[in-house]
Amino acid sequence: MNRSPTVLRSPPVNTTPLDARSRHLRRQIVRALEKGGRGHVGSAFSLVEMLRVLYDEVLRYDPKNPRWPERDRFILSKGHGCLALYVLLAEKGFFPEEELWKFCKADGILGGHPEAGKIPGVEASTGSLGHGLPIGVGMALAARMDGARHRVFVVVSDGESNEGSLWEAALCAAKHRLSNLTVLVDYNKQQSYSTTYEVLDLEPFAEKWRAFGFAVEEVDGHSVSALRAVLARVPFDPNKPSAIICHTIKGKGVSFVENNLSWHHKNKVTPEEIRSLLAALED
Amino acid sequence: MRKMCLDMVYELAKRDRRIVFIGSDLGAGTLNPFKAEMPERFFMEGVSEANVVGMAAGMAMEGKIVYVNTIATFLTRRCFEQVALDLCLHNVNVRLIGNGGGVVYAPLGPTHEAIEDIAIFRALPRMTILAVADAEEMRRMMPQTVERPGPIYIRLGKGDEPVVTRDVPFEIGRAYVMREGSDALIVSTGVVLKAALDAAEALAAEGLQAAVLHVPTVKPFDTARFLELARAVPVIVSVEEHSILGGLGGTVAEILAETDFDSPKRFRRIGLPDAFPDQYGSQASLLKRYGVTAEKIVSTVRALAAT
Repeated sequence: MNRSPTVLRSPPVNTTPLDARSRHLRRQIVRALEKGGRGHVGSAFSLVEMLRVLYDEVLRYDPKNPRWPERDRFILSKGHGCLALYVLLAEKGFFPEEELWKFCKADGILGGHPEAGKIPGVEASTGSLGHGLPIGVGMALAARMDGARHRVFVVVSDGESNEGSLWEAALCAAKHRLSNLTVLVDYNKQQSYSTTYEVLDLEPFAEKWRAFGFAVEEVDGHSVSALRAVLARVPFDPNKPSAIICHTIKGKGVSFVENNLSWHHKNKVTPEEIRSLLAALED
Repeated sequence: MRKMCLDMVYELAKRDRRIVFIGSDLGAGTLNPFKAEMPERFFMEGVSEANVVGMAAGMAMEGKIVYVNTIATFLTRRCFEQVALDLCLHNVNVRLIGNGGGVVYAPLGPTHEAIEDIAIFRALPRMTILAVADAEEMRRMMPQTVERPGPIYIRLGKGDEPVVTRDVPFEIGRAYVMREGSDALIVSTGVVLKAALDAAEALAAEGLQAAVLHVPTVKPFDTARFLELARAVPVIVSVEEHSILGGLGGTVAEILAETDFDSPKRFRRIGLPDAFPDQYGSQASLLKRYGVTAEKIVSTVRALAAT
């Protein structure tokens, strides 16, 4: 057992260097943050590689027909990480890039949490934690009823894993052997107040998912190649839902944001901070 | 009424492949024919209301029409946020069937008594709230729930209620005039319609003609029909097996307060007090204790009419 809570009490060193695309996506997040004047920066940076690999290589979708019945369903259950999602949806053509510059504005479609019906490509409105996985379970069951081949992917956070509804849904997913459902956990080990260990320890985390009936893999959540390799193998077991524990760093990519809880959510960002963020993410 | 409701879910599901049933941990044998004939659309998912409502939403987003059934308090209190966000915000076709609306579960105590279910659901945008008076009305109502867009709460009575409604087509959103009268208006929802009708009968014997308006759809409330009757009478009384806060009485009070009448109105709410029921016993004994009875309606109308 090399993953005991004792070992994990200091976040794992994740030195994966970011490539140009990962830095570009983060700069887009910073630009939207600048326009909106607020946002969950650390939470979004934590997600970039997970979402990038999903949208670049895994999910089946048609931005010109966001309701295409055969699309894979994707739910960002940790809705507060939405800046990362918005940047990718804009890039893929679900809506014009100009929408990013209206983040949190009265005349925009992109709020501080994503809303279905307003944003093409967003399946479910999230923001309150613990809702995405039950909805994803329902979608996966509906797909089975309909004999449809599309898959359901849900990204949850570690803080979100405090919610009982998430574990209710986990029980249900395993009972129904939902191999068409994959949960990606953004395990950056930080929640709003402090570390997950201090607030409500989740360890042994992967074992919990296994005990709940999931086939589980752990991966460096900032390694594009590792994420690509593991996502290519879902479902890991034809009779189980899959869980991927993505070990990440909150604020990954900017040294003064990484593991800095003051960057979990910013409700005021100064021009100097924006300049520093962009400088740190320069090519 | 409960049996009729679930029987209708089964009948409707046989004709419509979009219909799915989800229970939490219901009594053994519940909907056995449904489970036997349509197992792929029958789910019993355990004591996990938050997940049940969320998964129902997920299915409905994919085009299913999902009927969810468990005890009313657990469907309304336990998973209120799932109802608000997963169902109402997404405006999905999920029908919540709540067993034991009001004080049906009197012997089981406050954990099982749904005394504020209508009030809290009434505050949710897009929610439809149905409380029919008897099993025959349930039979006519249930087919209307299939195509109605958005979430619906179906409040169930105890069962074996006397049939007091007439065989007229059921429309969601419509209130039904059960009796005409120019001296007073009694407005009721759900199974207390029987008490309202009995009270009107007793008042007639005293020479007071009370109209009775039955409101099986508490939300959206049939304001037009209500005001049409309210304008014609000096006395208005609401009756419900529910807290006097925020339910039918609250609805009526809000409308009366904001309507400019040509003549003065005297109004009282009859319902459960703002308290958790403090006795066991039976539904009937609690309703008597709290004055949700024909006698209380009679005395209230009589007193208001005399002033």
